[in-house]
Amino acid sequence: MSNAVSALDGATYQGFCKVQEMGLVGMITLRGDLGAAAMAKAVKAVTGVAMPGQGAVTTGKGGTVAWMSPDELLVMVDHAGADAAVAKLSKALAKEHALAVNVSDARAVFHVTGQAAREVMAKLSPADVSALAPGIMRRTRLAQVAGAFHMLDEGTFEVVCFRSVAGYVFDVLANAAKPGSEVGVL
Amino acid sequence: MSTRLADHGRLIDRSKPMNFEFNGKRMKGYEGDTLASALLGAGQTLVGRSFKYHRPRGIIASGGEEPNALVNMGQGGRFEPNQRTTTTELFDGLYATSQNHWPSLEFDVGVVNNYVARFLPAGFYYKTFMAPRAAWKHVFEPIVRQSAGLGKVPKDRDVDTYEYFYHHTDVLIVGGGVAGLAAAKAAAASGAKVMVVEQTAHWGGRTPVDGGEIDGIPAADWIEATVEALENMDNVTLRLRMQGSGIYDHGYALGYERVADHTPGDGRPRHRLWRIRAQQIVNATGAIERPLSFAGNDIPGVMLAGAVRDYVVNWGVSAGDRTVVVTNNDDAYRTALVLKEAGLEVPVIIDARAAVTSPLAQAARAAGIRVAEGKGIAKVHGGKFVTGVSICAQAGEGSSLEEIKCDAVAMSGGWSPVVHLWSHCGGKLIWDEVQAFFRPDPARPPLSHDGKGFVLTAGSASGALGLSDVLTDADAAGKAAGKAAGGKAGRKAAPKAAAEVHQAMEPVWIMPQGASIQKRMKMWLDYQNDVKVSDVQLAAREGYESVEHTKRYTTLGMATDQGKLSNINGLAVLSDALDQPIPQTGTTTFRPPYTPISFGAIAGEAKDELFQPIRKTPMHDWHEEAGAYFEPVGHWRRPYTYPKPDETHAQAVNREVLNTRERLGLLDASTLGKLIVSGPDAGRFMDMMYTNLMSTLPVGKCRYGLMCTENGFLSDDGVVARIDETTWLCHTTSGGADRIHAWMEDWLQCEWWDWKVHVANVTEQLAQVAVVGPNARKVLEKLGGMDVSKETLPFMQWADGTIGGFDARVYRISFSGELSYEIAVPASQGRAFWDALLEAGEEFGVMPYGTEALHIMRAEKGFIMIGDETDGTIIPQDLGLNWAISKKKDDFLGKRAQLRSHMVDPDRWKLVGLETLDGTVIPDGAYAVGEGVNANGQKNVIGRVTSTYFSPTLNKGIAMGLIKHGPDRMGEVVDFPTLDGTGTVIKARIVDQVFYDKEGAKGNV
Repeated sequence: MSNAVSALDGATYQGFCKVQEMGLVGMITLRGDLGAAAMAKAVKAVTGVAMPGQGAVTTGKGGTVAWMSPDELLVMVDHAGADAAVAKLSKALAKEHALAVNVSDARAVFHVTGQAAREVMAKLSPADVSALAPGIMRRTRLAQVAGAFHMLDEGTFEVVCFRSVAGYVFDVLANAAKPGSEVGVL
Repeated sequence: MSTRLADHGRLIDRSKPMNFEFNGKRMKGYEGDTLASALLGAGQTLVGRSFKYHRPRGIIASGGEEPNALVNMGQGGRFEPNQRTTTTELFDGLYATSQNHWPSLEFDVGVVNNYVARFLPAGFYYKTFMAPRAAWKHVFEPIVRQSAGLGKVPKDRDVDTYEYFYHHTDVLIVGGGVAGLAAAKAAAASGAKVMVVEQTAHWGGRTPVDGGEIDGIPAADWIEATVEALENMDNVTLRLRMQGSGIYDHGYALGYERVADHTPGDGRPRHRLWRIRAQQIVNATGAIERPLSFAGNDIPGVMLAGAVRDYVVNWGVSAGDRTVVVTNNDDAYRTALVLKEAGLEVPVIIDARAAVTSPLAQAARAAGIRVAEGKGIAKVHGGKFVTGVSICAQAGEGSSLEEIKCDAVAMSGGWSPVVHLWSHCGGKLIWDEVQAFFRPDPARPPLSHDGKGFVLTAGSASGALGLSDVLTDADAAGKAAGKAAGGKAGRKAAPKAAAEVHQAMEPVWIMPQGASIQKRMKMWLDYQNDVKVSDVQLAAREGYESVEHTKRYTTLGMATDQGKLSNINGLAVLSDALDQPIPQTGTTTFRPPYTPISFGAIAGEAKDELFQPIRKTPMHDWHEEAGAYFEPVGHWRRPYTYPKPDETHAQAVNREVLNTRERLGLLDASTLGKLIVSGPDAGRFMDMMYTNLMSTLPVGKCRYGLMCTENGFLSDDGVVARIDETTWLCHTTSGGADRIHAWMEDWLQCEWWDWKVHVANVTEQLAQVAVVGPNARKVLEKLGGMDVSKETLPFMQWADGTIGGFDARVYRISFSGELSYEIAVPASQGRAFWDALLEAGEEFGVMPYGTEALHIMRAEKGFIMIGDETDGTIIPQDLGLNWAISKKKDDFLGKRAQLRSHMVDPDRWKLVGLETLDGTVIPDGAYAVGEGVNANGQKNVIGRVTSTYFSPTLNKGIAMGLIKHGPDRMGEVVDFPTLDGTGTVIKARIVDQVFYDKEGAKGNV
């Protein structure tokens, strides 16, 4: 719908890294038995992606699937396609004990891009970002709020947080990327 | 007097002079100076006054152990007190003032304390200020506050920025002296990820000052080569100006990086706090020289021998032209030799040892320096600076044998390993009899999660003092750390230095050993807090046996330097006074940080706008533009009211209430918690979480529900909607969403793990708007898209549909008593929906209303509010909510607790309405008093107000309150005394809590 806007409407900041709000992204919380064949099949059918292992994130044509907890996945698709994906997942998993919920609008997504992107993240998260590589999802903390991130490539982090604190997260990311505050170790 | 030499000074660049200001005087130093070396170089020997007696104080040390030379640094937004000049790098334009004096450093009125010093002994504060009580507040405290205290409190907001950095490494090495570098080399060779931090701006520690050869090349060259080699290794991170400040459980360490202290205003963060996770930590923290306790050892010009040497070699600064060296060990001879080599006079080396024949002593003699063996200092002459010393026999009582003119004294009482970081997390110490110091006991290190040690020590921090021993020890520590962190042990030999021949030091705790009380009263242990040998001895005489008690009684080691110079000397004196060996006395506890770190670093980025996250709804910007006055609700900011330019908040609230009751109000209810509970066992789960029967709620209907803790107390409330056969949607309070979500997960994960239920928090997925008032239906019908008529969507039902083109879920529920719809749309469309409602509602008199209007309208209807009517001690029965407690269910959280004797006590205060007789508003939190008084002579309390408002609808004060036997006392009048000092008592009649539209006609349309 044309009325739909993301929390910060694509705000950007250019410091020693670039921080950009990525607009609306379709997101689905999928809970259930991740070991069940029906679950893997349903996920594959919707996203084209195989079930990620513990702590992993995989991306395919139809979307991205991240392991969030032993019984929870985060499925990322086009924003416009989220409701349809939820319906498809719910139908495919009707006989399973599973729950698919559209949480697209409950979230904000940022990209942190630049050679020292790891340093920006290491100022805010206690996770070991030096050991991070594309394909690993970290549920962690961004300064004072919950967040999650993974690397799209060596110089890009995709950061997810709750919509209500999008402003705060943008501000702490921008602050961490302020020119002159480079640490020079990552 | 101190001065700048024409040569020497390996750390300064004489081609780059820097100007600075101290106490209004313009002075000159060089790039590479510390503020201390620059002050000494400019001849400023007197730099402060002591805490208690206001005695003149000079620089005594050259590093973080300095107790005296603290200054007020900077101005305005960069003002900071108690900055240590010895660890402050000079920069052009530095501005500092000395502390603890009035009216001036040279002439200080407080010094009168010095002349009455014998009336201000240890424990003086405790003894004197006991009585009378009033005297403390009005006499003693103002005087003590005026005369004591160190730096001034900053008045302006800190203009600098700070940040955290989380770092993970295999091996962390604290200290970048030769030991740290050797350990780093060995650890890095194992392949482990290594980080080395050094608190100063230079590598190598004090080895470049003391000289020597390592692996056949000068030590300074070895340091340079090693640093370069380490810099070129991918697995090594080197960091200068960063102190290892503390070690905590499980390999957690704090690093305090002073990024821009020496380049203020360059845009970089001033400090960076590193939060480091390491598998192994190697402390290569070196050793600190101990002062000697002789009379007058605090007079400016009396310095540590090592520091005197540092100032000459590092910064080309001499402490004086004629320096007397006094020692009990070989190391101070190096100072004498350095001074002599620099062309300065050393009239005598006073050595407490009876016969000194070591190579260093021979070298001193060969250089023409007189060595007075078996001697001590009887007294230092001088006031604001040293003018000479009297020599005595160390074995005697202090009769002066001769007087020697001098303007500086370099003292050395031996060296103590820096064991602080080893001790932070529980590493134990042993007393080394031979070297007379505490050193880490390698057999009892701090233990990690696996019961194994995770901290090692290297070099002098282990107790190795000679260069050769230091390198051997450090190499072993580095190898061990690398291996323990998962690396491969290297076989490369340790760096080598020639073994040195030393003559054993001789512990000297008092000089001379038989000194009189007059002399002992002038022997300073703790320079900053003015604790003398006589004070510790007095404490012992008064029965203080524990070193921890003596510390607090005398304040020994309690100043900002935390006793880095005084602790060992102090406890040695205490041990002597108690006639017990030093290890039996033990040490006080070492706690992080090693030296004070800035509050800014601890706060990190969390200041100003980033102080705390603020949660914002999709409509937040609109509220801001509309001039809303916000109130915090959890981390949310919700509009309290939307005052117009000429309105008070109270007027605005009243307007919003009346407009909603008469026309149309909009409330941003997006903050309301929304939890989806789904699964085959969801009904059973809902029946446990709520006191009501929720499993029987038909699909499409809503029910108001209560949640209690297992102790029976009311915890949260809200409307539950049955979505489908296996799905419920639970509304929680705004502040309670995350808590209740966690509460549900807790029960599901820990207690009922086999129940098939999933919970999802969709609070932020949806923007929710309450459309309230007689015109509510009209505006929705105008927008169109779904049937919201009384027949199709009756009270307490919900329906999905579209309104004005928005996908919406509409709940026909009311918290105001009016005709009311709460409409949820996707958050991304929340703002557009809000705008559409405002536009469409224009003709119906739409106005947004805030939380205060919400509160008033619910109070007019007698609805409770979590946090007002409840405070964690209230059960639903107290609030007359028995109707919401199912009697059909076997169990629910809180059920058994609510059967306890106190919970069914008929004397529990119960909720009623309160109507003031004169129409005024009862003050918030007022208590109702009854007949008689309690055991304390206070009036008996029989209840309290929980909610109290002016009702614009009824044009009078209304309230709810908990009153003893309240529901049985309808119509009776109770007293609420006010606390405004007038003695006014507000009389209120107990009434039904529903003040407005009792029959519910307004909503039933």
